[in-house]
Amino acid sequence: MTLSGFSRWALRAFMALGLLFIYVPLMLVLVNSFNGDRTFAWPPHDFTTRWWSAAWANDGARAALLTSVKAGLGATAIALILGTMVAFAVQRFKFFGRDTLSLLIVLPIALPGIVTGIALDSAWRSVIEPLGIGKGLFSVIVGHATFCVVTIYNNVLARLRRTGVSLEDASADLGASPGQTFRYVTFPLIRSALLAGGLLSFALSFDEIIVTTFTAGPGVTTLPIWIFNNLFRPNQAPVVNVVAAILVVLSVLPVWFAQRLAGPDAGASRT
Amino acid sequence: MLSAPLLWLVVAYLGALAVLLVSAFWTVNSFTGQVVKQFTVANFRTILTEEVYRNVTLRSLGVAAAVTVICVVLAVPMAFYMAKVASPRSRKWLVIAILTPLWASYLVKAYAWRILLANGGPVDWLLGGPGNGPGYGLFAVILVLSYLWLPYMILPIYAGLERLPDSMLEASADLGARAGRTFRQIVLPILIPSVFAGSIFTFSLSLGDYITVQIVGGKNQLIGNLVYANIGAANNLPFAAAIATVPVVVMVIYLIAVRRSGALEEL
Repeated sequence: MTLSGFSRWALRAFMALGLLFIYVPLMLVLVNSFNGDRTFAWPPHDFTTRWWSAAWANDGARAALLTSVKAGLGATAIALILGTMVAFAVQRFKFFGRDTLSLLIVLPIALPGIVTGIALDSAWRSVIEPLGIGKGLFSVIVGHATFCVVTIYNNVLARLRRTGVSLEDASADLGASPGQTFRYVTFPLIRSALLAGGLLSFALSFDEIIVTTFTAGPGVTTLPIWIFNNLFRPNQAPVVNVVAAILVVLSVLPVWFAQRLAGPDAGASRT
Repeated sequence: MLSAPLLWLVVAYLGALAVLLVSAFWTVNSFTGQVVKQFTVANFRTILTEEVYRNVTLRSLGVAAAVTVICVVLAVPMAFYMAKVASPRSRKWLVIAILTPLWASYLVKAYAWRILLANGGPVDWLLGGPGNGPGYGLFAVILVLSYLWLPYMILPIYAGLERLPDSMLEASADLGARAGRTFRQIVLPILIPSVFAGSIFTFSLSLGDYITVQIVGGKNQLIGNLVYANIGAANNLPFAAAIATVPVVVMVIYLIAVRRSGALEEL
């Protein structure tokens, strides 16, 4: 289809407006973190960096950040192992319930967060708690891993489908043991898929609030929970502004990371 | 080795979902607060007959549908520009530009709109003074949810359009089809599964949301808020479960309906 000059121009303008719509609110968060006032009155009258030092000194925010990082790393580690194993099982073997399994893995993320949250909460209380493990950081990690598995699974499965088994067959024909084949052939093939999926999984976990609300034990506060708890307190607004600004700036990192390590396609397949 | 964690997923998670669905048919003794495990459809009767619940359900479905439509309207031209008009070099940067906000926190983005739409905030200021903007309310909820889920709509559509070879568009033009006909007969068949794939995200995520509503929705409530309120303050898990089955049933029907278009392969 040959587009007229006008429609090209119109599409370009639409794209520019769309990007403006996406980025103006994020920029505003950055500007607002330097806002001297405690209200949202616009335009701001004086600019200050004192909230940044106040946020740095805020113990609650720092502890919450640490908790979030721990939860994200834990959930991603579990999801990496599980997601890879399930992807291999689904791609390489035929077994009863294979099609159901792939639907099942999508379920925790496809269902509304609140449903997954309640289900995990009651599952924990009826299955794990009798074993003597109460809700705490670990239950958050397990809860997050439940919906993070799908990111690894999808990435690895797509990679396995694309690469096929011929390289592994060749490796075996040349006398490599299954362990060697995995180390030198299979793992390098799926490494970038693992990385892309892992980044995504970490980001999903880091950002999660609904499932966390239901799975966190008393005293476990992740960063999103901390933000949400302080969102409606006018006194805390300046510190929340700074934390929000930091998170906006940090969101560039994983994209940059994925670009560097895995080429432009990495991270393009979110869930 | 696969068994223990899968056991968690299959037995614990699915089991809990099943229990959740079953408990929707239980009730709570209003005197003792204990769950009465006796089969009754009272919860569902309440949801269907009492106006409050019917209104909230319809409102939630309306919000989810509106968000999906807005996302489609915004995403299709943007994805088309990215995949078919932009030069390959700028295409790469555009994909990055769409991807990056996905990594920014959900709460931060909702919070950004809380600042934007505040009384006397930037939007009011642009429109000429405090109170001139839309403020917090249902409109704000739809706006913010569309903002949040827009990239989830753009990316699958872009991925679909990118797979469509340019030569097919040229061939169609060479064979005498006008732009409109090429769009209908070549682009649209590619577009539909991608749009459905994106709509799974926009629809499902909007349907279950109760955080954005609290941040920019003013006094409005959606299904999620009712579920949350019934677990927390009201401590009526069976009724919460009954309300929660509404979005689950809607989503399952939706998934089954769009599966036939091949949308699940596009996720």
